Amino acid sequence: MTHIVVDPITRIEGHLRIEAEVDGGVLRDAWSSSTMFRGIEIILQGRDPRDAWIFTQRICGVCTTVHALASVLAVENAIGAVPPPNARLLRNLITAAQFVQDHVVHFYQLHALDWVDVVSALSGDPAKTSKLAQSISDWPLSSEKYFSGVRDRLKGFVSGGRLGPFANAYWGHPAYRLPPEANLLAVAHYLEALEWQRKFIRIHALLGGKNPHLQSYLVGGMATPIDPNSETAINIGTIAAMHELIADARTFVNQVYIPDLLAIASFYKEWFSIGAGVGNYMSYGEFPHTEGPNAVPYLPSGIIVQRDLAHVQPVDPRQISEFVTHSWYDYKGGDARGLHPFEGETNPAYTGPKPPYDRLHTDGKYSWLKAPRYGDKPMEVGPLARMLVAYAKGQPQVKKAVNGALAALGVGPAALFSTLGRTAARGIETQIIVEKMSDWVDALANNMSQGDLRINDNTKWDPSSWPAECMGAGFHEAPRGALGHWVHIKNGAIGNYQCVVPSTWNAGPRDARGNRGPYEAALVGTPVAIADQPLEILRTVHSFDPCLACGVHVVDASKNEIVRVRAV
Amino acid sequence: MEEPVMKDTQWLARELKAHGVSRNDFLKFCGSMAAMLSLPEWAAAKLPATLAAAAKPTVVWLEFQDCAGNSESFLRAWRPTVAEIILDAVSVNYHETIMAAAGTQATAALDQTVAKHSGEYLAIVEGAVPTGAGGAYCTIGGKAALEIAREVCGHAAATIAVGTCASFGGLPAALPNPTSALSISEAVPAAANVINLSACPANADNITALLVYYMTMKRWPPLDDHRRPVFAYGQLIHDACERRAHFDNGQYVQAWGDEGHRLGYCLYQMGCKGPVTSHNCPIVKWNEGTNWPVECGHPCVGCAEPQFWDKMSPFYKHLTGVPGFGMAANIDKVGIGAAAVVTAAFVTQGIVQKVRSRKEDNATTQSHEEEKRP
Repeated sequence: MTHIVVDPITRIEGHLRIEAEVDGGVLRDAWSSSTMFRGIEIILQGRDPRDAWIFTQRICGVCTTVHALASVLAVENAIGAVPPPNARLLRNLITAAQFVQDHVVHFYQLHALDWVDVVSALSGDPAKTSKLAQSISDWPLSSEKYFSGVRDRLKGFVSGGRLGPFANAYWGHPAYRLPPEANLLAVAHYLEALEWQRKFIRIHALLGGKNPHLQSYLVGGMATPIDPNSETAINIGTIAAMHELIADARTFVNQVYIPDLLAIASFYKEWFSIGAGVGNYMSYGEFPHTEGPNAVPYLPSGIIVQRDLAHVQPVDPRQISEFVTHSWYDYKGGDARGLHPFEGETNPAYTGPKPPYDRLHTDGKYSWLKAPRYGDKPMEVGPLARMLVAYAKGQPQVKKAVNGALAALGVGPAALFSTLGRTAARGIETQIIVEKMSDWVDALANNMSQGDLRINDNTKWDPSSWPAECMGAGFHEAPRGALGHWVHIKNGAIGNYQCVVPSTWNAGPRDARGNRGPYEAALVGTPVAIADQPLEILRTVHSFDPCLACGVHVVDASKNEIVRVRAV
Repeated sequence: MEEPVMKDTQWLARELKAHGVSRNDFLKFCGSMAAMLSLPEWAAAKLPATLAAAAKPTVVWLEFQDCAGNSESFLRAWRPTVAEIILDAVSVNYHETIMAAAGTQATAALDQTVAKHSGEYLAIVEGAVPTGAGGAYCTIGGKAALEIAREVCGHAAATIAVGTCASFGGLPAALPNPTSALSISEAVPAAANVINLSACPANADNITALLVYYMTMKRWPPLDDHRRPVFAYGQLIHDACERRAHFDNGQYVQAWGDEGHRLGYCLYQMGCKGPVTSHNCPIVKWNEGTNWPVECGHPCVGCAEPQFWDKMSPFYKHLTGVPGFGMAANIDKVGIGAAAVVTAAFVTQGIVQKVRSRKEDNATTQSHEEEKRP
C-alpha cells in the first residue's frame, strides 16, 4: 500500500489536497481536504442584509454571481420582497451566461489537459487534423493551413524551452490515448475557447457592469434600468447585442465544444465505468418561469437515491444537516450529530499537524470543509445531478439531448454514473441552456414593448418595512451544483448567515458514520498507473469541477444567536 | 535591480505573426496602450521597438486567501490576439488555476523558479495571507501561506498584489478579521518593489498596462501613497464619471427604476462611493470597455480603497448627511458664491464621514472583542 499526496490539486478554484492509498495500481481509499479558510459568515454578522450579496459574491470569483443571487434570494425570502418579472429574466440571463462560459472554460482550460497530451500535438499532421476536424464539425477554422499555424506556434513555445504553465506535467503518460491529430485539434480549441470566453462574458458586463463580480443585484430586484427610449438603460441595442453574443455562443457550443467532447470521450470509453461515486444526486432546480419561491423551473428539482431513476423524490430542505466529525470545527453538543443550517454553529478548531506537514491526521479531523448530508446521506450535486433529475422527470429538452449523446457514444444511461458521465452531462447541460437564453431576451424585449419597465420591489427597500425579526433561505443551482444561503435578520441587521455550497457537498470529508464524501467515494477504484504521477486522480477530481473557495464556510460563530426554528 | 539580459530579440515579431497580428494592428494597440498610460508622444512612437526588444520576464502567480477572481479577470484581458501575446510575453512558471502539473510536480516548478531566477522573477499575488492558527488557515503542499510568501516574494524582483485582498487584506481582513489576515506588504515587509493593483477584482486592463509599462519603460510606474500606479489610481471616480454633470445639476436617482435612474442621473443618493474612490473605472471600463458598475446603474462601492468593506459600508448609505444638492442648480438659484459654500460643505462632509467611519470601525472592533470574551 502506497500513501500518496496530491497538494495542490491544480486547474481548480481554491486549495484542495487529496491523500490516497494505492495498491496494485488501483486507488483503494481517499481523503479530500480543503486547506484554506476565511470566515466570511463571521464577517457578515451585524451588517446590513442588503449588503450581504456584495460580500458573499466574493466567496468565489470563478463562480461569480452565484453567491450574489443566492444571497438576495435568501434576504428577499426573509423580508417578503417580490422581484418583478424583468428582474427574474435578467437573473436567468446572468445565470445562464455564467453556466455557459464556466462550463466551456472548465472543459478546455481546467479539464482538457487530463485527456489531451500537449507535447503529442506537436507531431500532429495538419492535413489529417483538418480532415478529422471537418469530419466532426462544420466549424470554419479547420483548414490544413490553420492547424499548421497552430502547430508552429506550439513548436515555437516548446522549443524555446519555456513551457510555462505546461511545464513538469505528465506528457507521454500511458493513460493518454488520443492520436496526435486529436491532440492538435484540442490544443487549437483550447486557444480558441480562451478567446471566445472573454468575448461571450461581455453579457455580464452589459447586465452587471463588469465580470468577475457583477455589480447590479439588489435585494428586491436588479439595479439595471430598462427603457427603450434611453441610452443609459437596457434598451434595444442591449437586446441586439445579447442576441448576437448568444448566437455566437450557440455556434461555439454546438460546433466546437460538443463535437470535441464526443470525439475525446470516444477514445476513453472505459472512463464511463470509473468514478461512479456515492450514487445519490440532488438538484434544487433552476431558471424559474414565474415569480416567487414556488415558481416552476426550466431544470427541475429532485433527489435520486442509489441511482434509482424511477423514483425521484422532492427536495425537503429540513433533511439537510452538516457534520464536523472530520472537520476542523467543534460542535458544543458533540461531533456525533449533524446540525441543520438554521441550528448551525461553528467554532473553528484546528487540530491538524502544524505546517509544514507531510500527512494529515486522516483518522481524525482533516478538512476545513464540513460534511453536508441529506437525510444522513451524502449527495452528489452539479451538472450530472441536474441532468439525471431532469432526465428521470422527463424534461423534454434534457431527455432529447441525453439520448442523443448516449446514442452518439454507443453507451447506455448507466454510463452516466461515472467520471466521463459527469463531463458529458456538463456539455449536454451547456447545450440546453444556451438554446434557452434567447427566449429570455425575447421575453425581456416583450415586457419593454408592453411598457413594463419595473426592475425592483421598492416597497421593501427601506428596512423599516421589514419585521423586527425574520429569516429566509435562498436556493440556487450554481454551475457546480446545489447552493443554499440561510439568513436570520434581527432589527435590520444580519444575526446569522450560512451557506451550504456545491463543493462542500461534493468535496466534503467523511461524516460521523464514516461515510465518504462524493470525491472520496468516486476516487475509490480509480486506476493509478504511475504512483507519483496523479493523472488519473486528476481526471476524476476534475470531473466534479472543484471550487474550494466556495466550499469552506463557517456557520454562526456568534454566541447569542443560536436560533431554533421550523426549517423552511 | 539588474536589467534582464536580452537573449532573443525576434520573439515578439514571431509571436505576432503566429497570431496573425499585422504590424498595423500592433502599432494601433501600442498607441492605445500609450494613451492609456498617458505617455508623451515620443514614447508612443518608440513603443513597438522597445516592447519587441523586451526580454520575457519570468512570472509566478500565487494564490492564498483568494477567490480566483483576479485570475479570472486576467483571462478577460482584451484586444484579442494581442492580449494573448501579452500573456505569452511573460513566462508563467506557476499558476495553480491554469498549470497542467499538480502536487509535487507543481510545487517543484515554483521551487525551481525561485532557485534559478532569484532576484529576477516577478511574483504576482492574489489573496490575503492569514497568520492565525499557526498558519493552518491557508496551506499549499502542507506549507503555510506566510512561509511561501516570504520565500517567493522575498526573492522576487518585484511583487504585484492583484486585487484588494493582496493589496490591503480585503475581505478576509474585514472586521473582525477572523483569521488575522494581512496584505502582502504587511506579511512580507522585506519584499522589494511591491505594487498594489487594488479593486475587486483588479481590472485586467490595469494588470496588462502595468506589465507593458515595465517591459517598455524598464522601470515601474510612479505610485500613490497606497503603492498603486498613478496611471490607474490618480483620479477620483467622481471626477471622471459620466454622470458628473447630473451631480452638478442636482439630478439624482431617488428610487430604483425611477425616471432619473433610467435617464442616467447621479447615484450619489443611492450610496455611490465614487467621490471618495480613486480608480480609472469610468475611463477604461471593464470587459473590452463594455461597461462599468455606475454606467450599468449601480453605485460604486469603493472596492479599490483600503478597508473598503468596513469603511464604505453600509454600501447604500449615501456619503454625507446632506440630501441632494447640485452645484449648477444652486448657481441658478443663489449664484456662484453659494455654490462654493456648498462645495466646501461637501468636502467637509466627506472628511466628517471618513472620521465617523473610522470611529465606527473602532466601535465595531470593540464590540466584537467583547463578544469574544468568555
